Amino acid sequence: MGVITKTVRAGLLATVCGVSLLAVSAPGAYATGMPQLDFANPLVTGQVMWGAIIFFIFYLVLSKAMLPGVARVLHDRSQRITGDLDVARSAKQDADKAVAELQQARKDAMAEAQAHLQKVLDEEHRAAEQQMQEINARLASEIAEAEKNVAAEKARALSALKEIAADTTQALVQRLTGVVPDAQLVARNVESASAQRSI
Amino acid sequence: MAGGSSINVLEQFELHPVLGGLGEALRFSQSPLYMIAAVCLVLAFLYFGMRPAAVVPGRLQAAAEVCYEFIHNMAVDTIGPEGAAFFPFIFTLFFFILAGNYIGLLPFSFTFTSHIAVTFAMAFMVFLLTVVVSLKVQGLRFFAHFMPDGASPFLAPLLIPIEILSFLSRPVSLSIRLFANMVAGHVMFDIFASFVIMLAGFGVVGDVFAIGPIAINVALMALELLVGVLQAYVFAILTCIYLREAVAH
Repeated sequence: MGVITKTVRAGLLATVCGVSLLAVSAPGAYATGMPQLDFANPLVTGQVMWGAIIFFIFYLVLSKAMLPGVARVLHDRSQRITGDLDVARSAKQDADKAVAELQQARKDAMAEAQAHLQKVLDEEHRAAEQQMQEINARLASEIAEAEKNVAAEKARALSALKEIAADTTQALVQRLTGVVPDAQLVARNVESASAQRSI
Repeated sequence: MAGGSSINVLEQFELHPVLGGLGEALRFSQSPLYMIAAVCLVLAFLYFGMRPAAVVPGRLQAAAEVCYEFIHNMAVDTIGPEGAAFFPFIFTLFFFILAGNYIGLLPFSFTFTSHIAVTFAMAFMVFLLTVVVSLKVQGLRFFAHFMPDGASPFLAPLLIPIEILSFLSRPVSLSIRLFANMVAGHVMFDIFASFVIMLAGFGVVGDVFAIGPIAINVALMALELLVGVLQAYVFAILTCIYLREAVAH
């Protein structure tokens, strides 16, 4: 409002200056008075009548035709903008939903893959263990078998050893003494000697 | 004045009948002619501006829309929600005055807003409208406004006449403000222009010094462009303020 009052004041000041300048420079003009105040002139009052008619027509054209047209354009624009915004918002919601679904699917797939992997690993683990056990069992049975064979071979070898020892002793004694020793005595001595060496 | 021939600065405000005898009989001077020109200018601006009715406006359409929204915001912000009903009236008033002020700035043209009869008629129309709206909205409570709330009853004999006087002086101040501004501006133009002619009578020295008044007139034209829109704005905003008081419960 400060600017306005200042301008009004400036305008009034200008009028005063103008009128005083007028009084100095053109006394004749001042004496005749302002044409605006010559209300005896029918043209001055005629302005009011014509002005009223023109103003009224101006008002009618503006309020009935022009301004509703502008309002319609502005309204259409704001509606279109809100419509576009709604579309964009719903598109964004859809996109967000799709992203969430994708993430969920990925998470599910990952969990499933993990579970699957675990299951496969467990199975493999179990199978390997079983195989190991089988192998161990087979190896154990084979070892037992082999040990048994070894023991049998050993027993056989040992029994043959005594025979060989007795034959050798007999042959040695015969060679040394020229006497054939009693076979039973040799067998007994070999027996006791082998028992002494725990063969 | 220069060359002995008198330059009458008030001559520019004189009214002449147009179309000879017909104009004289119908009291049709150049003033209503310029009113019609102003109205046609505004309507053409709005018509050609809004004709594309584009979603993305061009320059002219954007200008027309700015005009619409400027007055619409002024009416609704100042008067309140009821302002939408008065918006076409405020728009008409503002652009009638603005176009009148600006058309008057063209050389050899006429400024109808420099006639007190025109400005007072418009101010009185606003005054009547506010009184009618006040009586319609507030009924007899309207008259209670002449006694300010909370004032001592002893002051009533003093306050009530002052309030009535200030209310009645509204159309006077409204009309004289516009009229005086327009007259002052155009008188100043004429005076400085007459100085140029006066100085031209003094030969070469005068020709050189005549640059001064011409420069002043150029500056005055800028000032008058500001005053023209400002006075239209003042007239419209004061009308809005009066109407706000009228529709206030």
